[in-house]
Amino acid sequence: MVDQLIHQLLIPLAYILAIVLPLIIAVAMFVFWERKVIGWMHVRLGPNKIGPFGLLQAFADTVKLLIKEVILPTNANRFLYYLAPLLMMIPALAAWAVVPFSSKMVLSNANAGVLYLLAMTSLGVYGIILAGWASNSRYALLGAMRSAAQVISYELAMGLCLVCVLVLAGSLNLTDIVNAQAGHKGFFDWFWLPLLPVFVIYFISGVAETNRAPFDVAEGESEIVAGFHVEYSGSAFAIFFLAEYANMILVSFLASILFMGGWLSPLQGWVHFDAPDWINWIWTGGFIWLFIKAFLFSFFFLWFRASFPRYRYDQIMRLGWKVLIPIGIVWVMVAGCMKYFGLVTIGMGA
Amino acid sequence: MNPQLFQLICFYTFGFVTVAAALSVITLRNTVHAVLALVLTFFSTACLWMLAEAEFLALALIVVYVGAVMVLFLFVVMMLDIDQERMREGFVKFLPVGLIVALVMLMEMLGLIGVRAMHAQVMGADPATAAGVSNTAWLGHALYTQYLLPFEIAALILTVGVVAAVALTLRQRTDARHESASQQVSVNPRDRIRIVKMAAERPAAELPVPPQESKP
Repeated sequence: MVDQLIHQLLIPLAYILAIVLPLIIAVAMFVFWERKVIGWMHVRLGPNKIGPFGLLQAFADTVKLLIKEVILPTNANRFLYYLAPLLMMIPALAAWAVVPFSSKMVLSNANAGVLYLLAMTSLGVYGIILAGWASNSRYALLGAMRSAAQVISYELAMGLCLVCVLVLAGSLNLTDIVNAQAGHKGFFDWFWLPLLPVFVIYFISGVAETNRAPFDVAEGESEIVAGFHVEYSGSAFAIFFLAEYANMILVSFLASILFMGGWLSPLQGWVHFDAPDWINWIWTGGFIWLFIKAFLFSFFFLWFRASFPRYRYDQIMRLGWKVLIPIGIVWVMVAGCMKYFGLVTIGMGA
Repeated sequence: MNPQLFQLICFYTFGFVTVAAALSVITLRNTVHAVLALVLTFFSTACLWMLAEAEFLALALIVVYVGAVMVLFLFVVMMLDIDQERMREGFVKFLPVGLIVALVMLMEMLGLIGVRAMHAQVMGADPATAAGVSNTAWLGHALYTQYLLPFEIAALILTVGVVAAVALTLRQRTDARHESASQQVSVNPRDRIRIVKMAAERPAAELPVPPQESKP
């Protein structure tokens, strides 16, 4: 009984904590990195006072947010107002269950992993809508409406990208999808090459889905102050912040896994030396490669934010419905043909 | 705790949540709360299907209904300005009609269950497990080989529905201003602004000389 309890409950719980705690710390460091990078791009210094190089800035901000008062606006719907941040954070964390960090390191090697990810990312929009509605504020409601329309539109484009990937990989399992990108041609074996337009669409939709610049009309500081979370303060606001950044990191990891070979090495099949394990990962692949790729993608989020002006709302809708989705539909057929005529080799075979 | 007992407990928990949420859809006063209860109904139904190892159906239910359809539903309900008092006015008047409809539906359901029970065909083993593939793979194979024609017909009907919905809502308004995106993109900056070269400072001679104040 006790033995079973440990195996069925405590060990999975330990795994979950081993993913979620580093994720939360990564979010804190990502916020710091964002402020630093954007500072450099603006020819400023960025945070540099608290801790060495300002490294403890994010933790100082967190402590400040947590000890502040959570204010409930008049006539706000109390239950939904407090539920909304949780509805946004729970899917953002739950999606990490199926993310494989290396060939053996995965919490749940679910067969329908890609579908599960789609389901979880589509749930996050409830947090936004309810936050906007329950706040009983015009700006918040406007932000929620914009965000809901945007997330639903770009989810379709993202879904089509995932369809292309799973047509080529022949599996909904994320570990299988990465293994399908193994081969002897280095990084030319990864799916970014046959699915180049789809890869770009995926990342654009990822940026739009997380409501980041240049698609951040949902927050639109210059028009509607901060959009759906304008009324939130203290720890409730911190949870929104955490969910948004966790989602950004998730999109970066997924772009690496689906299109850039996950934990596989870009040198696979090209060089191989017999070396100790701590060097071997450079050509045999390991979770460090995945982290490097994900770090690069998450850097793109910051780069976009500092480079591009915000899209107008009708431009966002046009880009989603009239450009990205048609290209996605066409590329599903192209991917089908590539698979049928054997233009893409899957896995180590052939 | 053996796995089967745990599964049974899960089934009853999800089933209870499903029924409770479905009941609150029709009893809650606030329409937004009712829509959220419907979302919970869908979600716990998906959990039940997941227990029955129909993972594709369960996740598709969440992606399609919870993630898209119900969001739009919530969207519309939030925008509606519903007068709660007026909605409850005709309760007694419409009660008999509602009861009759409910009774007929109950009879039909019981009849259906009775017919099914008389046939009493025992469900065979899960065909996906028998074939040794995942539920999703089996479903895809079955839909695209054995049931290809019905599947395509359903797709066609849905497409017709989409076209009809667009055609119904498409109005050619003359008073609306439309921006042509291709025109906007192909604009040449030189047509819009003129850059004039000029010296950073005006010549010193033209500077207005402040009048000398004569001190007495």
